[in-house]
Amino acid sequence: MNAKTSKRLNMKDRYRIMTRDLAWEPSYQRHEDIFPQEDFEGIKIVDWSQWEDPFRLTMDNYWKFQAEKERKLYAIFDAVSQNNGQMNVSDPRYLNAVKLFITAVTPLEYNAYKGYARVGRQFGGVGARIACQMQSIDELRHTQTQIHAMSHYNKYFGGMHDFPHMFDRVWYLSVPKSFFEDASTAGPFEFLTAISFSFEYVLTNLLFLPFMSGAAYNGDMNTVTFGFSAQSDEARHMTLGLEIIKFILEQHEDNVPIVQKWLDKWLWRGYRLLSIVGMMMDYMLPNKVMSWAEAWEMYYEEAGGALFKELERYGIRPPKFAEQTVIGKNHVSHQTWFVFYQYGHATAFNTWIPTAKEMDWLSEKYPDTFDRLYRPRFELLAEKAAKGERFYNNTLPQLCQICQIPLAITEPDDDTMISHRDTVHEGERYHFCSDGCRDIFHNEPEKYVQAWLPVHQILQGNCGGADMEKVIGDYYRIEMGEDNLEFEGSPEQRRWKQWKQAV
Amino acid sequence: MSVEIKTTSIEPIRQTYGHTQRRFGDKPATRYQEASFDIQSTTNFHYRPLYDHQFELYDPDHTALKMCDWYAFSDPRQFYYGAWVANRDAMQKNAENSFSFFEKRNLGSRLSDEAKQLVIKTLLPLRHMEMGANMNNVGIAGDAYGTTISQAHMFHGMDRLATAQYLSRIGLLIDDTPGVVLAEAKQLWMEDPAWQGVRRYVEDSFVIKDWAELSVAQNLVFDGLLYPYLNDHLEAELDELGGGDIAILTDFMGDWFKDGTRFIDALFKTLAAESEANREQLNRWIQHWHERAVEALEPIVGKAGIASSQALLAKRLTKLGLDTDAVASHY
Amino acid sequence: MSRVFIALQDNENSRFIVEAISEDNPNAEVKHSPAMIRIEADDRLTIYRETVEEKLGRDWDTQELQIDMISIGGNVDEDDDSFTLYWNS
Repeated sequence: MNAKTSKRLNMKDRYRIMTRDLAWEPSYQRHEDIFPQEDFEGIKIVDWSQWEDPFRLTMDNYWKFQAEKERKLYAIFDAVSQNNGQMNVSDPRYLNAVKLFITAVTPLEYNAYKGYARVGRQFGGVGARIACQMQSIDELRHTQTQIHAMSHYNKYFGGMHDFPHMFDRVWYLSVPKSFFEDASTAGPFEFLTAISFSFEYVLTNLLFLPFMSGAAYNGDMNTVTFGFSAQSDEARHMTLGLEIIKFILEQHEDNVPIVQKWLDKWLWRGYRLLSIVGMMMDYMLPNKVMSWAEAWEMYYEEAGGALFKELERYGIRPPKFAEQTVIGKNHVSHQTWFVFYQYGHATAFNTWIPTAKEMDWLSEKYPDTFDRLYRPRFELLAEKAAKGERFYNNTLPQLCQICQIPLAITEPDDDTMISHRDTVHEGERYHFCSDGCRDIFHNEPEKYVQAWLPVHQILQGNCGGADMEKVIGDYYRIEMGEDNLEFEGSPEQRRWKQWKQAV
Repeated sequence: MSVEIKTTSIEPIRQTYGHTQRRFGDKPATRYQEASFDIQSTTNFHYRPLYDHQFELYDPDHTALKMCDWYAFSDPRQFYYGAWVANRDAMQKNAENSFSFFEKRNLGSRLSDEAKQLVIKTLLPLRHMEMGANMNNVGIAGDAYGTTISQAHMFHGMDRLATAQYLSRIGLLIDDTPGVVLAEAKQLWMEDPAWQGVRRYVEDSFVIKDWAELSVAQNLVFDGLLYPYLNDHLEAELDELGGGDIAILTDFMGDWFKDGTRFIDALFKTLAAESEANREQLNRWIQHWHERAVEALEPIVGKAGIASSQALLAKRLTKLGLDTDAVASHY
Repeated sequence: MSRVFIALQDNENSRFIVEAISEDNPNAEVKHSPAMIRIEADDRLTIYRETVEEKLGRDWDTQELQIDMISIGGNVDEDDDSFTLYWNS
């Protein structure tokens, strides 16, 4: 008997034995009791065995590759903390992008970990289950490597120290929080459409590549390294995203309209969420990588274009309101930074007026909008600040019921008018930033009336009373005068100068 | 060289994250502490899950047990992702060496037919049980409250998938035509009367809603009765039949059981120590699932196998502050 | 026609993989940016194990790609001998 030659199975057959073949048709309990979440969304799965495995990784190889990635990554973290690596960043303002990342993005990674664990148990098909489980532990990896990457910076800079606490409370962090909780509280198929496909496949490049390249351009070794390392898992996740969509669409024609509605919703939701990344790229990186508009063109319009062309054969059209994102790309980063600037007393990072050189860069990147609409505004604010009248807005803004961003974004066809929609549901009036967000509400009002809107909660006294200083300091744990306010003259800036003299 | 003078004036403004400091004090924290404690959302959840309206997204009420502080549990192995992966990579390398040694020397061909039959009859159907254990532990990771408990179960769930995959490789290695003995073993799992108790136990565990009860049923009781048998008795039986080489391939299961037991024991010790109510609830679950597990496993591992596993389980339960009555009554 | 792409971390390993890709896919376009190499092609791009092994001078498992790969665009087809990205449309 020649064991060696007869036993070589190819990758596909081998993987089938290592995954598919482990499952069996239960007879002591009913399928629907074992997988109770599989049906309620209306998605029809005729045959799970049609599932195409995105990557055929068995656990032994998974450990081998991941251990190698982790070794490389932690070697860098150690080197950075042993050598005061924080002093290599381009400009202390850069760290504010890192503060935004750990408070707004890291907790999402954790939610992804939990969400994929749920779906990794709930899907009736073993191939899909295991793909989700691997993504789940990857997401835990991202959470924890980010915490470890920032751990050193947290010792020297403000705004990162209470990221989980802030994530659950601070007004602008309810934007990412509500986004992800919306997906996590949906059924398993919508969760995968939202996160694996719309977010990971279509939009993730817009989150990670700008942050990573931004870190590379600004001397932040830890972020570059964890970013690239995480992104190498992301390639697997993206494939899961594409496979799940194709699988659902191929299973039954009745699935098409359901998926289309989800694609419409999640592209819009993701686009609104990424306003924060746009602002980070255009305003918070001292050394710029590319503009938000350029990134949107490269990663959404071009890459997304190819993708939706691929899906046409299933009867899927590009997401509704996609054309508004193409208009909005020239506005959204400026409008968002303006919001954060004026509410800079309630942010866990510093804000500032772009320098003259930075404004010239913005003019060049946004020839149709910056000089006409935003430069005059920032120049006026700079003048006031120079006179000692740094502008802070002490009123509370109206938030959109869906994306929870303050109503400060303009109409698609009139960039001088704030876009504002509303609707009445069971006697209550609800407000929205856009047609896209109002559409989402109309499709599932019972879900969105539940939203925990930070401004409403403050006004109702649920955030520590009416005194905004108390809300910010005690309820948010943003340390007044340390974590927040204007960058110029901040303790952060002062310490940086002292440290620079020391190295 | 002026390195030491210059760096001294760059003083940190804090030692660790606020939540880590409040729990462990104002000092540099370990990587396990920073990565595992108090990082999960606790409040202001936006929407109720569409699939589970009665719960918040993260809700301590997915179990009947109550804890003042769900982070009272700390994994004695201090596994966060990186530590777990590094540890498992080392184990994986060992296993890989064993498997290639076995394959290179063609040890599969030296197995007696009786030994091979015993592997097919007793060991290989367990790859399906391990798949069940994978689902159960991943499900617990989804439902359990707090990162320390959740992640330990997640790692355990992936470990179980790995065990299922290694068992599958054993089936491939001892086969003349790849897949035949695995199919034979699967048929036993599906139809052989001796295996139906175990299969029913596993399928019934899939519908347990309370994650702590599920961890009792799977990790504490079932594994607690099965694994000692695999690690001690089965090996001896195989040896007698001329299948001692198989131990090269199953060795890892002993190491992993020992490793997993560390966290399972620490978990139930912590949960039981919290209150009399928790202790009583755990005892009730143990009693119930122990009875069922004994019934399910006896046709596979035999009365003697069960009895010695029961003795070991009783010893563990005593250490955890839990009753041994239920377990003791059978041996 | 649509573009497929793969992005790799810019490191020693990737240099040889990129070399292999360029050899096997003459129409592929290689773009360097800081810390990252992006390779694009029309509709289809295949990485062959044999060519990579030749370049690296050692055994190479197609799954090792996962260590250095940071982004992709296109459907994936992977087996023991090759890794392909493609669009159907």
